[in-house]
Amino acid sequence: MSAQAITKARWFPGVLGFGSFIAAVLLIELLIRVGLINRFIVPLPSDIVLAFPRVVIEEHVLSRFVLTAAEAFSASILVTVFGVAGGVLLYQFRLLREATETWVAALAAAPLVLIYPLYMVIFGRNATTIVAMGFTAGVAPVTLKTLEGLAGTRRVLINVGRSFNLTPSQQFWKILFPAALPTIFVGMRLGLIFALINIVGVEFLINCGGLGQLINELAERYDLAGTYAAISFVILISICVFFLTERLERWLRPVE
Amino acid sequence: MAAATVLSAASRPAAAPDGILVVDNITKRFETPEGVVTAVDGVSLSVAPGEFVGVIGPSGCGKSTLFNIIGGLLDGYDGTVKVAGDLVRGPHPAIGMIFQEESTFPWRTVLDNVAFPLEIAGVAKRERYERARHFVSLVGLDGFERRYPAELSGGMRQRVSMARTLAAQPKILLMDEPFAALDEQTRLLLGDKVLQIQQELKQTTLIITHNITEAVQLSDRILVMTYRPGKLKRMIKIDLPRPRSSEIVSSEAFGRYVAQIWSDLREEASRGLRADEAAKLQHGGQP
Repeated sequence: MSAQAITKARWFPGVLGFGSFIAAVLLIELLIRVGLINRFIVPLPSDIVLAFPRVVIEEHVLSRFVLTAAEAFSASILVTVFGVAGGVLLYQFRLLREATETWVAALAAAPLVLIYPLYMVIFGRNATTIVAMGFTAGVAPVTLKTLEGLAGTRRVLINVGRSFNLTPSQQFWKILFPAALPTIFVGMRLGLIFALINIVGVEFLINCGGLGQLINELAERYDLAGTYAAISFVILISICVFFLTERLERWLRPVE
Repeated sequence: MAAATVLSAASRPAAAPDGILVVDNITKRFETPEGVVTAVDGVSLSVAPGEFVGVIGPSGCGKSTLFNIIGGLLDGYDGTVKVAGDLVRGPHPAIGMIFQEESTFPWRTVLDNVAFPLEIAGVAKRERYERARHFVSLVGLDGFERRYPAELSGGMRQRVSMARTLAAQPKILLMDEPFAALDEQTRLLLGDKVLQIQQELKQTTLIITHNITEAVQLSDRILVMTYRPGKLKRMIKIDLPRPRSSEIVSSEAFGRYVAQIWSDLREEASRGLRADEAAKLQHGGQP
């Protein structure tokens, strides 16, 4: 393959993805303009673009973005640390695993956002409640995926470690953990999505700063273009989270 | 031509009284839902320093069980395994194991895979990479040091596993069907590589296999096992000249050894096949 062809092959998927997105936006614009989509329900994409400067300047979206991103980051750290530790504990202690795995799985599937009033009573109407909600929503998938990754480590790799007389600690850090990393990262991405959804959702519900509160205010003013512009910043946080986890995974496990 | 010895339960251990590896009267039973199954029954063998011994048997004869017992990965058996007089109670530093399944670490480069046992032993970084490079070169993978296993073929990955085990400089190399997942041509060529390494390092080796050609190509002695319960049936001394290469497979003497071993194995393999079919019938055709 020529150098030109290699460069083309490298950039083509990204260009195709971006091109498809632009095409979809233009299609929606067209469908709204011809009246096939109600513009009082879905704003024109061009109006959303025009709303960006207003949202940034008048609604102080950057400070709200930083607040939501900081809450998401704090929750992510907690979700990763406690989720991975929980998965390791369940892997190490069979009785604990058999006693609690079903409950942890149920926790992952439960609509945990409903317990926000309880957290407000415990922590107050502040960022701690929001981070705690994000953590609660995101920890179970990380725990389950960590357990799945560790339990799914190929027997032969464990036997290689045993044949080299590895200590239990070496066996964990040199074999089990790196072998489980791809699955752990799947859990982390799931957990961080759950955490972000709940963080923005609770900001929306309790009107306590961040992008969630802004979306709530703009929606109540029926500023649809502004609402969607604010939602774009939530998507931006999600993209940042994915980008960071992907980089971290590549650093820890360069080639799969 | 072929010096074959029929082994009885009393004739143990099989040859090599000065063995560096002595397996004495090993019996291993497993409890299954169908009852107690004896996988290995009264197996004794001995391997002399620098000797290459093959253990061959049909599927289900307990070869891998024997491999795991000698390697110290399996306990709860009767009998003893000794390495240079030292009783094996678990994985022994003098035994290096090469497994049937693909066992390279996918998150490590070729060089880091091979350096793994040296890293565990606390060898300084510079020295361990120097030593690892030597073993990478020994298995013929020069130039692939920075590649990851996913970028290599099955045969190359198995050579990485081999280099990694050799880097630990074990007194005894224990191999469990190391080329079972490879095609016949690659298997023969890797056999050449094993012969070359064995020649160079004078490495004491015990290979467990179900492949007759591979066993004859590589071994000084071959121990034939019966179908379940796995017992040693016969010991055959392979008087083919060394150094050998895969070209030897076309010789008349090689063919005679293969025929002789097959005549011993055929009966056992047929028993195994019949037992498998009966088990399938009993379980309503379910595997």
